[in-house]
Amino acid sequence: MSDLNALAKCLKDIENQLTDCMKCGMCQAVCPVFKETGDEGDVARGKIFLLERLSQELLTDAKGAKARIEKCLMCGTCAANCPSGVKILEIFLKARAALTEYLGLSPVKKLIFRGMLKHPERMDTLVTAASRFQNLGTSKADPALGTRCSTLLSNIIGERHFLPLAKKPFHKICTSLDTPAGKSGLRVAFFPGCVTDKMNPEIGEAVLRVLNHHGVGIFMPKGQACCGIPALASGEQHTFNSLLSHNVDLFEAGDFDYLITPCATCTATIKEIWPMMAPENSKARYRAGQWAEKTMDISQFLVDVLNVAPAGADKAAVKQVTYHDPCHLEKSLGVSRQPRQLIKASADCELVEMAGANTCCGNGGSFNLQNYSLSKSIGMKKRDSILATGAGVVATSCPACMMQIRDMLSQNHDKVTVKHVIQVYAETLE
Amino acid sequence: MLSKSLITEFENICGKNGVMTAEVDRQNYSYDAAVLDPVSPAAVVRPGSTEEIGKVLALCNENGVPVTVRGAGSNLSGGTIPMKEGIVLLTNRMNRILEINEADMYARVEPGVVTAALAAEVAGKGLFYPPDPGSQAVSTIAGNVAENAGGLRGLKYGVTKDYVMGVEFFSAQGDLVTSGAKTVKCVTGYNLAGLMTASEGTLGVFSEITLKLIPPPKASKAMMAIYDTVEDATQTVAAIIADKIVPCTLELMDNFTINAVEDFAKVGLPRDAKALLLIEVDGHPGEVAEDGARLEEICKKMGARKIQVAQNEAEKEKVWEARRAALSALARLKPTLVLEDATVPRSKIPAMVSAIEGLAKKYDLSIGTFGHAGDGNLHPTILTDRRDTAQWHKVEQCVSDLFDAALNLGGTLSGEHGIGIAKAGFMKNEVGQSSIDFSRTMKAAIDPNTILNPGKIIGM
Repeated sequence: MSDLNALAKCLKDIENQLTDCMKCGMCQAVCPVFKETGDEGDVARGKIFLLERLSQELLTDAKGAKARIEKCLMCGTCAANCPSGVKILEIFLKARAALTEYLGLSPVKKLIFRGMLKHPERMDTLVTAASRFQNLGTSKADPALGTRCSTLLSNIIGERHFLPLAKKPFHKICTSLDTPAGKSGLRVAFFPGCVTDKMNPEIGEAVLRVLNHHGVGIFMPKGQACCGIPALASGEQHTFNSLLSHNVDLFEAGDFDYLITPCATCTATIKEIWPMMAPENSKARYRAGQWAEKTMDISQFLVDVLNVAPAGADKAAVKQVTYHDPCHLEKSLGVSRQPRQLIKASADCELVEMAGANTCCGNGGSFNLQNYSLSKSIGMKKRDSILATGAGVVATSCPACMMQIRDMLSQNHDKVTVKHVIQVYAETLE
Repeated sequence: MLSKSLITEFENICGKNGVMTAEVDRQNYSYDAAVLDPVSPAAVVRPGSTEEIGKVLALCNENGVPVTVRGAGSNLSGGTIPMKEGIVLLTNRMNRILEINEADMYARVEPGVVTAALAAEVAGKGLFYPPDPGSQAVSTIAGNVAENAGGLRGLKYGVTKDYVMGVEFFSAQGDLVTSGAKTVKCVTGYNLAGLMTASEGTLGVFSEITLKLIPPPKASKAMMAIYDTVEDATQTVAAIIADKIVPCTLELMDNFTINAVEDFAKVGLPRDAKALLLIEVDGHPGEVAEDGARLEEICKKMGARKIQVAQNEAEKEKVWEARRAALSALARLKPTLVLEDATVPRSKIPAMVSAIEGLAKKYDLSIGTFGHAGDGNLHPTILTDRRDTAQWHKVEQCVSDLFDAALNLGGTLSGEHGIGIAKAGFMKNEVGQSSIDFSRTMKAAIDPNTILNPGKIIGM
């Protein structure tokens, strides 16, 4: 099997990291997928073992191993709790790239990643066109949450309740910005991210409003591409590289003190994955390294840099808001206090904690597409925790989590509004 | 390989989803937490009910298919590494707590219940299940019973065997056997529940376990004593025991481990200390206060440089955070970590610690020593890289010497990890050939086709 040898060579890069796993199995205690399935192949230890066997050419079924390794939310809970400090996410990303290189990309993914995602302008045009026809064959699912569902498309999207694409994406509402620092004396680069841009432009608008309120100058270059994580998670390193260098060229054109995003996944990707996965000795790697320090989630920026503090004791709280910790913010970056501070800083809001606020909602990007029923059973637990608080609003810091939570709530016609933390805060500004 | 028809029969019993035969799945059940070579089973079978366990066993017995039972696979002695022509019988579909009886203070559970989940559920009812193996967040009750798992509270509260009141298990032939009762006292028949405890899956397969619960202690007090010599620390352990004080936890950490913990967790441990003792007493508030004060006196008298008594829950938490971080901290230093659990009578702790230090020098190996000094169960932890063949050979020799040292001091090969395949070869040194012969005769009578976890404890 000379072929298997080629794959083993690709995996040599991560071999040292694999041996750090002492097989204690403690990842079983925290993995949301393992909690549902109880299958060793679904937990980090099992996946790392399969990679070890592939790297030693002792496992022949590379395709089977790839399927196991891809069945992961990439939530990072295992890594955050690993006694040996195994770099699990890095291992999985590199392994997915190696396995995809070896086994090739499926035609559908090829079309999505290389045909669309890789070309931001083409992607924007397609999405704009799609938004005009999207309501064909769909019907309103829950008017309060604004979701729709589709029997016509059920073969593709299942029973999901989804928010339609925005009539006008954020990049059409606000094409680009280059404003000087105001009273804060600071200027930030703003990376809205795909979901904000195409589905929730109101999040982008809220960010702008808040930044203007605090006198922060904004550099938002035109034509931003995806942060690249969907491609990378599917092992599509080429598309990732191309998206990264596209974004790097855009952002290095401006001066900024911080790079902020309203998306937990984008923040974690820019801050950690860009420098980790950018091609060696490339300009992208150099820039990513420079920016990592400056990259922040919007709440973290407001609280840690601008010192936004909770409102005084005299505030009359009328709205109960509960907060869900996105994995990429809490597990990957350790940011959990700041979004809560921001809710407390919002004039009429009271924060009510839910049980297990930091457990994964089950979205996991493409995990949701490939393992919907599993994703849903994890998500329904999150829904139960949200409802148990009695709060009328659930806030979070990741548009993808919002999508998942909205689907779960909508399917049960729960009367809970889903918002980004920055929307909650922006709404209470004078 | 198993025949197609046999696989179909397993599927008929457990459902199609209850049987895994793909190469990746079989490989995923080929290892456990022990540093040993993996062995892929021919299939993984996952019963969802008591009846299904019985039927699977009967089928295996008729066809001579070896069965290795697995809960979480956190085993540290290779007890859950299967045979290549056999099956892994996975118990984690059976994870219900059947009953927590507050009036009679017992719990009835299915085999796959995770220990920490049971402990939490029990605590929620104002009761206490003391055994707390380091793996309790993932390890299952049946695995704990089969290995007679220990933990940090062993000194005062004993280990898993002290809480097993009754068992239901399936014999190799697939017959349901019960033993023990829900009563505190029971002498009906052979103590099969006792026999099954620590049997490591070689005598039967648990389907239900009844565990004793106790009232939780009302108060507790924790402290950290800092020493300039290991000798002083270990002599303190002996002095505490001699003074008839039984702390619930009495843990030792050597300088190597202290520094590893400090590098990793930065909890503010004194890097120059040669040893630390982490001590907790619990019980009635009056007793706790009295024992606590006496402990401080003893530590001081035995040469402790400093004693930090936790003033509140947060400070107590800090004391234990340091101990909990020990394994993680050591694990980060080298790729392979060999965690031993040879145990000596408590009075021999000083001698055992110096023997370990001697072996580290003799073989030029990094050994961090921490563990349950109070019950004589130390965890000398050898840090190495298994890929370095020459060094690995030294590690094997060092481990062998370590066992000899423990046995020479009147100790035992394993305090809490079990024998499995890791230590089966050393059994004779501790119990003698006639004990092994007796065990083999018993095993042959109970399991004539040798299908229940062959090779473990007593060899083939």
